[in-house]
Amino acid sequence: MKKIQSKYIEEKFFQVLMWAAVITVMAFVISIIWTICVKGFGSISWEMVTSTPGKDWNTADDGGFLNAIIGSLIVVLPAMLIAMIVSVPVVFYMNLYRRRSNWLSYVARLVYDVLYGIPSIVYGAFAFMIMVAVGMRASVLGGIIVSTLLIIPMFIRSGDEISRSVPDDMIDAAYSLGATKWETLKVVLRQVLPGMATASLLAVGKAIGDAAAVMFTAGFSDSTATSLSSPTATLPLAIFNWITMPEPFPGRAYAAALVLTVIVLILSLGGRWITGHFTKNNL
Amino acid sequence: MIVENLNLSIEGRPILKNINLTFPVNRITCIVGPSGCGKSTLLKCLNRLIDNVDDTSISGRIMIGDQDIISAPYRDLIELRRRIGLVPQRPCPLPMSIFDNVAYGCRIHGMHTKKKELAEVVERYLTEVGLWDEVKDRLQSSAQRLSIGQQQRLCLARSLAVEPDFILADEATSALDPVSSKTVEDLFVKLKEKYSIIMVTHTLRQALRIADHAVFLYLGEVIETGDAKKVFGSPEEELTRKYLSGVFS
Repeated sequence: MKKIQSKYIEEKFFQVLMWAAVITVMAFVISIIWTICVKGFGSISWEMVTSTPGKDWNTADDGGFLNAIIGSLIVVLPAMLIAMIVSVPVVFYMNLYRRRSNWLSYVARLVYDVLYGIPSIVYGAFAFMIMVAVGMRASVLGGIIVSTLLIIPMFIRSGDEISRSVPDDMIDAAYSLGATKWETLKVVLRQVLPGMATASLLAVGKAIGDAAAVMFTAGFSDSTATSLSSPTATLPLAIFNWITMPEPFPGRAYAAALVLTVIVLILSLGGRWITGHFTKNNL
Repeated sequence: MIVENLNLSIEGRPILKNINLTFPVNRITCIVGPSGCGKSTLLKCLNRLIDNVDDTSISGRIMIGDQDIISAPYRDLIELRRRIGLVPQRPCPLPMSIFDNVAYGCRIHGMHTKKKELAEVVERYLTEVGLWDEVKDRLQSSAQRLSIGQQQRLCLARSLAVEPDFILADEATSALDPVSSKTVEDLFVKLKEKYSIIMVTHTLRQALRIADHAVFLYLGEVIETGDAKKVFGSPEEELTRKYLSGVFS
């Protein structure tokens, strides 16, 4: 009787712990979003998101940070495309062209897991070192390169997980009809594409908010970049710079944080929509 | 299809030992045996899907006409696989519409390239498996929306559309309800007039109902093979008698 009673007490105890953990994490997230919204909405204006810094930007309300919004998008979106072009063949090679337990696939997975764990500041410092060696200055191109390097391991890792979820029966079904490996890969691609699209949007969401990677590589500028070799402001770096400066810059930092949060939210919702809309034929 | 001296090991462990079999044409051959005796593995060897299993070592020959599938180079293997349809245990429609599922094999082999011709082929094979009336108004809808019995018949139509010579069925009715199971069984009986069917079944009663030719496999070895009436009715081997009387299963 005592043993039966104690198992219910144990269950209740861990239930309470789980609830407490969920509520604590939610409380943190809600408080962060609340702070960003309250302070961001308090500072943001239409002029801020639609115009670049004016000549009196450092001393008064003159212009906005459209240059940083555009800078973030022109760095991360090409990086996402390049990362997808590089990562998708890697994922399919590891899962389809070689057997999953092949030694090269094992080594590749290990390497990509290690790369995934490397902090973004290290990527930034590494890219900066290469840029100095080749005589390249901080620019949009530098930002694209380092963002691509940052996104690739994220994409390969999630792509690998998604590919492993494809049932072997489906792959066998295609092979048994006389499909080549390439034709089978196209069938698998139909199955995994929505998941890959979601993974890419989530990877972009993470990369677009990373200041450490672009700190040394994309530079900073008060004007909108006009070419790949121009330095460019980005939202996370703008927030990093402004939050410690005197007024009115902290207000602008929160406004930029609000814009960044909205961009990430749009990307996350977009990812969910893609998953829901394009999986109607999928297992 | 003739299997000669087939030996298979997985991770160094012998799974199939010295298999010698002849599968008759336009008959239903049922491969029976206790769980784990290598029935499904033998079936996977027949269309070389065993290539997808890690750490295998295979020797021997599987002759389809004058071609050996075991040693066939990649290009010949693709064509040989077309000639051997597969109905799996768990129905697995491809992530496409019902129409595209049946048309898939034709498209990848460049068969019936004209739209009208392809549509006729899809209708013909869906009719052959008794699915046409149930799906003719929703051919573009996802194959995932079909019931499991319908999905299994769709998989059969998909295999038939590439005009195979053989159909392999790996416990094709085990995941189905009794009514769907009977439908698929009746289909196999009808289809044997045009195709040679090799079935793995765990259900002895099913084998007794529809088999023309029988193979009893035990621990990776062929114990007895021959006419189904003889193997099931008056088996020569003691092990076969024990299996049929339910001593082990």
